[in-house]
Amino acid sequence: MPSMLTYISRRLLFSIPVILVASFLLFWMVRSTFDPCVKMRASKDVEAVTRCETRLHLDDPIPTQYLGWASDAAHGDLGESSRTNEEVSAMVPRALWYTVQLIFWGVLISAFAAVALGVYSALKQYSVLDYTFTGASFVGLAMPPFWFGLMAIELLAIMPKQWLGLDEPLFYFVGLHSGAEKGFGADYARHLVLPVMTLTVQIIASWSRFQRSSMLDVMSADYVRTARAKGVPRRDVVVHHALRNALVPLVTVMALDIGALFGGLIITETIFSIPGMGQLFVRSLQAGDAEVLVVWTVVTAGFIVVFNLLADVLYGLMDPRVRVT
Amino acid sequence: MSGETPDHRSLVDSPPGSAGPSGLIGSELVPSASHAFDTAAHASPVARSQWALFRRRFLRHKMALVSLGVLAFLFIVCFGANLVAPYSNTEQDLLLGPVGPRMSHWFGTDELGRDQLSRLLYAGRISLKIGIAVALISTVFGTAIGAIAAYFGKATDQTLMRLTDLFLVVPAIAILAIALERFGSGDTTIILVLAGLFWMYVARIVRGEVLGIKEKEFIEAARASGASSTRVIVRHIVPNIFGPIMVNATLGVALAIVAESTLSYLGFGVEPPQTSWGNMLSQASGYVGTDRAYLIYAPGFAILITVLAVNFLGDGLRDAFDPHTDRHQ
Repeated sequence: MPSMLTYISRRLLFSIPVILVASFLLFWMVRSTFDPCVKMRASKDVEAVTRCETRLHLDDPIPTQYLGWASDAAHGDLGESSRTNEEVSAMVPRALWYTVQLIFWGVLISAFAAVALGVYSALKQYSVLDYTFTGASFVGLAMPPFWFGLMAIELLAIMPKQWLGLDEPLFYFVGLHSGAEKGFGADYARHLVLPVMTLTVQIIASWSRFQRSSMLDVMSADYVRTARAKGVPRRDVVVHHALRNALVPLVTVMALDIGALFGGLIITETIFSIPGMGQLFVRSLQAGDAEVLVVWTVVTAGFIVVFNLLADVLYGLMDPRVRVT
Repeated sequence: MSGETPDHRSLVDSPPGSAGPSGLIGSELVPSASHAFDTAAHASPVARSQWALFRRRFLRHKMALVSLGVLAFLFIVCFGANLVAPYSNTEQDLLLGPVGPRMSHWFGTDELGRDQLSRLLYAGRISLKIGIAVALISTVFGTAIGAIAAYFGKATDQTLMRLTDLFLVVPAIAILAIALERFGSGDTTIILVLAGLFWMYVARIVRGEVLGIKEKEFIEAARASGASSTRVIVRHIVPNIFGPIMVNATLGVALAIVAESTLSYLGFGVEPPQTSWGNMLSQASGYVGTDRAYLIYAPGFAILITVLAVNFLGDGLRDAFDPHTDRHQ
């Protein structure tokens, strides 16, 4: 498929300048807001400030600083956190791992739930359950996510514990493991329930709306009527003709939304004290940790660009008409 | 599609978050089902003004009407808080301390004995003000950018749209928080920063709409009779795409209120003595799991109800502005 290759490589070429310009702007914004040597200035060692400033070329104009930073970054040196004195290149992947776990479970559950709800609502349009799902999704979309998280802790973890007189809540709400526990066992699951719920509410609400309207469009398409008219059972039409096509736009939207999730879990991670990217951001921001913030914003923007690219590519793969344009 | 159904169930068909990233893409890829009204009601060929048609269609949308009522009520009680609130905004009752909901304090009091209902009403002023100001600014700016890009095309279009893409790539909440750290978090700053992160959605939608109508004859006629570009855009193009612009403006209000509350929760929102709903929630968030957990309910519900009402209103407007809903039957 040469046309597909051209399509992908053209999209790829377009996204490289976007990443570069975005990373420059983000770098500029962070550097002009925060002083990376703030910690040194508090110390008595006057030399330390000078050393820090020379190391980061703070006397140079921003573009020169950026080039220095970018070349260091390209060599694997992302700088050092002024908050923990740790290598940024070690902190970010560690935080990312937690976020990736949340995204994985969240997206998995959201995808199945949204497709199921959307397809059901479309097939049973204007039924009682359709109205119920619609109402629920309106509420889900209007609900501030952090409020949902707080309510979930109160109503699902603390209140049942008090009523049932348990020693421990059914669902935990701090971190992803308790104490020395490791692995993916029951302890892990009990930690995951509430944060994953919090992050999926809005996603399920929006994806299921989306799936419903795309399924409705497809069900009224000529090829679906033709398939029914020539005697294909309704079930087969729904699964093989309608659903396959109705999933195309949803997959694109999913890719876009997942990209945004890498920076968008700030709320969930803050509420449930999960040391992922969101918490890293909040902590670094509160401490004015410039080196981490630069890398954080660039990495997050990078994920958005990559997943936008993925959305384009997937769309091109699934809908050949797109490739022409 | 539901073309022949005598109904106005648009709220079932169109995702309400259409201004958000996923909804936006969605509305571009999958045109939401068009909705039809009962044609029998106006079978007579009486000419009606645009406004009369709009009013007819809007009045049929029950949820939108109810929402309009709810919003009007919220506005009156919040901005008239000094008249209706049972206590003053800052009145403390340290002897009373924190008590749960009761007749004298419907939503209870906080640790300083401040009446939560009164605080909620005063806080609503800030939240509503931020929501509306953000929607207004981002709509005007986004409309300008989108219309200019589409109208002039070529290099202007490319430049403006790449700029829009760039703004869409940056992680919004992070930028917000950093910007507030930098410029301080007065409510004007919050409004400007939020508007700076919402205009792209409006710009994209407006650009699409303008591309659709700029080749129409009436635009050509206006240009041929010597109207300047500014006049064509302001007098001929914008009034014709007023519907989608208004719908997105209402969604902007909802997004801004939620965004502000989220920022407040993270500690970057409006600062005391000013209080917003998000602010009240963030203060209450520490009490989850204690006997003061009642403090988290009221501000959250206030946000939820406002955002729901605004979304339904946007939905009603979408139908009312859409000429396909009844004229071409």
